[in-house]
Amino acid sequence: MYRRYRVPSVYREMDRLQREMNRLFEDTYPTRGHRAAGYPAMNVWTNDEGLIITAEVPGVKPEDIDVSVVGDTLTLSGSRKPDEIQEDSRYHRQERGYGDFTRSIQLPFLVNVKKVEATFQNGVLNISMPRAEEDKPKKITVKAVA
Amino acid sequence: MADTTKSIQEMEKQEITAPEDTERTRDCQCFVPRADIYEVDDQIVVVTDVPGASEASIEITVEKNVLTINAYVDPVKHEGYALTWAEYEVGDYQRSFRLSEEIDRNKIEATIKDGVLHLYMPKAKEAQARKISVKAG
Repeated sequence: MYRRYRVPSVYREMDRLQREMNRLFEDTYPTRGHRAAGYPAMNVWTNDEGLIITAEVPGVKPEDIDVSVVGDTLTLSGSRKPDEIQEDSRYHRQERGYGDFTRSIQLPFLVNVKKVEATFQNGVLNISMPRAEEDKPKKITVKAVA
Repeated sequence: MADTTKSIQEMEKQEITAPEDTERTRDCQCFVPRADIYEVDDQIVVVTDVPGASEASIEITVEKNVLTINAYVDPVKHEGYALTWAEYEVGDYQRSFRLSEEIDRNKIEATIKDGVLHLYMPKAKEAQARKISVKAG
């Protein structure tokens, strides 16, 4: 016979401590520490009325960016093309990436798809999405029963 | 040539760490923009990603042999919204390149479009290939 899930309590205690520390740092630096799971990296701004997603996609033409919202999933796809250079020219250094990209993220709430607006300026994409009316939090007034 | 069917693999923005004993006078972060450099017949082209910067916020200086790109980007604050998820940070860009002797410093041109800066650096006439005829002595 053996006891399952028997973990020495000191490890459990260390786990708890680590969680606490992580939470502490998250609270102090909420904007740091999330690694983008794909390209492009995105920032999400929210309030009760909607959200704004921004992404840095330098060198991508506005017509090459495709934004779509299905349910509560936002998909961003596009492609970045390299400069068209002559055959006889040569690269000394190449650090920038080229090619296609697709990334989907789950939105924290349903949005009004008809009112999604995307703007693109200086290589920064800005998508603003108002929250769907039916999804907005409703305030319920408590009536006193006479 | 780069393969256009591959998908983009890019690293996170790389932050500049100030050399010891110096501090930045602007209260925001500074990044090293990624760059491509290629050479066509008579000029060298430097391509850098500076998303968020516009023609008004970029400064390019050539001092002695060093060309420095400074792009100032003020982080955008969306009024009434809270930043709830962040994968990248916004800040200035700075990068320097050492110019070789063959570049004609007076003819460097720069353009910016969709957050990408192109620097065209023509080679000086004297530096371009020349044939030297050998005389019998």
